[in-house]
Amino acid sequence: MNRALRLLRRRLIGSIPVLLIVIVGSFLLLEAAPGDAVDAYVASVGGDAGMIEALRQSWGLDASPMTRLAAYLWALLHLDLGHSVAFSRPVLDVVLERLPNTLLLMGAATALSFALGTALGILAGARPGSARDRLLSIGSLALYAVPGFWLALVLTIVFSVELRWLPLSGMETIASGKTGFARALDIARHMVLPVTSLGLIYLALYLRMMRAGMAEVWRMDFTLAARARGIGRRRIVLRHVARNALLPLVTMLGLQSAQMLGGSVVIESVFSVPGLGRLAQEAVGSRDTPLLIGIILVSAVLVIVINLLVDIAYAALDPRVGANEANA
Amino acid sequence: MSPLLSLRGLGVRYSGATAAALEGVDLDLAPGERLAVIGESGSGKSTLARAIAGLLPQTATLEGTIAWPGLDHPARNGRDIGFVFQDPGSSLDPVMSVGKQVAEVAHANLDMDWRAAMRLAVELLDRVRLPEPSVLAHAYPHQLSGGQKQRVAIAAAIAARPRLLIADEATSALDTIVQAEIVALIRELVAEDGMALIFVSHDIALAASFAERIAVFRHGRMVELAPTVELVAQPRSDYSRALLAAHLGLEAHSGAGI
Amino acid sequence: MSLRRLFRSPEAVAGFVILGLLGAMALTAPLLFPGDPLAIAGQPLLRPFQDWALPLGTDRLGRDVLAGLFHGARTSLAVGLAAAAASILVGSVVGTVAGFAGGLVDEVLMRITDAFQTVPGFLLSLALVSVVGPSLSVVVAAIALSAWTGPARIARAEVLSIRERDYVASARVIGMHPIEIAFREVLPNALPPVLALSSVIVAAAILTEAALSFLGLGDPNRVTWGGMIAEGRAVLRSAPFLSVIPGIALVFSVLGVYLAGEGVVESTAAREGQA
Repeated sequence: MNRALRLLRRRLIGSIPVLLIVIVGSFLLLEAAPGDAVDAYVASVGGDAGMIEALRQSWGLDASPMTRLAAYLWALLHLDLGHSVAFSRPVLDVVLERLPNTLLLMGAATALSFALGTALGILAGARPGSARDRLLSIGSLALYAVPGFWLALVLTIVFSVELRWLPLSGMETIASGKTGFARALDIARHMVLPVTSLGLIYLALYLRMMRAGMAEVWRMDFTLAARARGIGRRRIVLRHVARNALLPLVTMLGLQSAQMLGGSVVIESVFSVPGLGRLAQEAVGSRDTPLLIGIILVSAVLVIVINLLVDIAYAALDPRVGANEANA
Repeated sequence: MSPLLSLRGLGVRYSGATAAALEGVDLDLAPGERLAVIGESGSGKSTLARAIAGLLPQTATLEGTIAWPGLDHPARNGRDIGFVFQDPGSSLDPVMSVGKQVAEVAHANLDMDWRAAMRLAVELLDRVRLPEPSVLAHAYPHQLSGGQKQRVAIAAAIAARPRLLIADEATSALDTIVQAEIVALIRELVAEDGMALIFVSHDIALAASFAERIAVFRHGRMVELAPTVELVAQPRSDYSRALLAAHLGLEAHSGAGI
Repeated sequence: MSLRRLFRSPEAVAGFVILGLLGAMALTAPLLFPGDPLAIAGQPLLRPFQDWALPLGTDRLGRDVLAGLFHGARTSLAVGLAAAAASILVGSVVGTVAGFAGGLVDEVLMRITDAFQTVPGFLLSLALVSVVGPSLSVVVAAIALSAWTGPARIARAEVLSIRERDYVASARVIGMHPIEIAFREVLPNALPPVLALSSVIVAAAILTEAALSFLGLGDPNRVTWGGMIAEGRAVLRSAPFLSVIPGIALVFSVLGVYLAGEGVVESTAAREGQA
């Protein structure tokens, strides 16, 4: 476990400069936006010219850019992400309120796409070049070309409008008074279409990666060696070929998290899921730049944390990770 | 006594290749016999080894017969034939512990449960002279040296006590000292278990040091098959003579240096 | 010779046929549908295949769906190609400089690349468009802003392996300026693997543009497929074809880009494998 801890420490230190760059970038975007934080505050709360001037001074907005950046960093250190115009509340509060819904959506979509994509990828990669392989490959490529928001609409037409099997939008039935298991089931029913729409494109990605990875592993000597040792085909496919091909997929799990957060914007908008993505669209709609930047910062932190977790998982799955450092 | 293995008119052709990789090979191998198969790369010696073990790619077509008079069933990989590959680095799965890789052979071929198979794996790692086998069983291939990996591969090959061990250039990726150790180990294991051995090599001197018979291959054909003593003393084919001469030349050269 | 190999794969042929159709639609749009595609052409919510003057029907405001489809192809293709070109250009320059300069420059550039990969690309595009305001060039920039990191990483890896080769060393010996070496000797050789990525980048750019337009952040003066899909949402129950038709065009376009790209990569790989 020492190995994983060493890795974790190194990654944590490595992510500090990355986060700093993201913060500076956010600051620049905020600066570029028309109007400043005071305009935003006054727009939502109200106030006259004298008050605006006073606020500018007290918030340090008349200072030099470097001082303002320092003040911005100082505020972030105290978890102060600024004030949301549209909600008239601190940005962090609004963001944290919406975060769990997005995490649920992303978690479920990731689980679905990874499990199903890997399984189908194994089916395709077990016999490279077979009819089954070709069919799954072309099918996954077609799926990979489908924009999530359009898939969301088509699924809505079929399952909510025509068949009426699933709810049209929202996170749960409003004012249903449901609690416990009944409420969980209600939320699950609402999440089926969003999760499917968000996850299917990644399902195709994992399927294709698994298949390509397995084709590569099949060419390695140890699969022939396993055959020479009388190991059954099933075990060779699952325990040797798929097991080795799985490793790059785990890395991809981390890399995809940023993209999936981006994808959740449109999906949450289509299904009116009150999550981070829909919040971002609302922020754009109401020209609430501080809120949008706050969402970006929180997303970046989330992506860093997810990648750390993925690194730990990877280290547990691949005994070779960190081996070189021990020698160095 | 009936032979363990009998080849008649064995030929192999890879799709797309103009020449046959192997042609018209007739060969009998007695139980417990040590046969060396000698040739340069492209001579068909590795194709012969893989054809016997049924490890040829699907694109290859087979002619002639491979019969196992010494067995009362068709030969099964692992159970009846143990196979050691040239490169120990790539013949082991990098993400499975070496003990498990030996144990899965016992599990697959001997109907053993995993616990018993793991115990046997530790015993086998001890038999191939790996230090602290119970600790080493949990190690992964990248933590072992080339010679140690080849010992693990040998342990996996003999785990189900096969009647025939095929070593396909099993020592040529290793340095000279380790090479000698591995040859000694194979020799010892073959003697202890009464296994027949097909030792594929390009090194006629190494093969002559312990094989009972030598088969010389060139361009996909067996040019000579003779008891070792006979072949070394009086090679019948020009090619065998050239191989020996080349080797003796080296010997004389290094002898002069001492 | 390599073209023949390319067209032996049915997938690649399908890809090029789709791309050809798409290109033809984009080029002929102003000729076949010379009017403003955003103008009213007939009675609203006309279903497809009813009136042969308006074969795919009309939307809520009575705009010609087929004209929108043709003009939308123009926008999709233009944005996709421009954004991909911009990201490949920026990415290969950053990657080449990082790989060639090494040391602190490399470290700083790669941390910046990390930062861009940490922020969800779509949120970044959203932020840029919302701060600067939607127009075609801003949309292109917004997409390129999040798509240059892939080419940068690949270019850097290539440059690292190329810069130790003989012809680079000899360029050094004859006293070529390092910047000249980097961009005249190293970059051209590092480019092929970066270009192999281009179909994926074009496809992603087309999808991102569609998503931005779907959220109402596309260029308001142009017809986009994403905008048409969003427009159809309002009448999803009564006229689902309005959202479905542009979506199918989108799927086929992206699929065509993938198939053609994969065909090219595979046929070059096969050629190299044979050499």
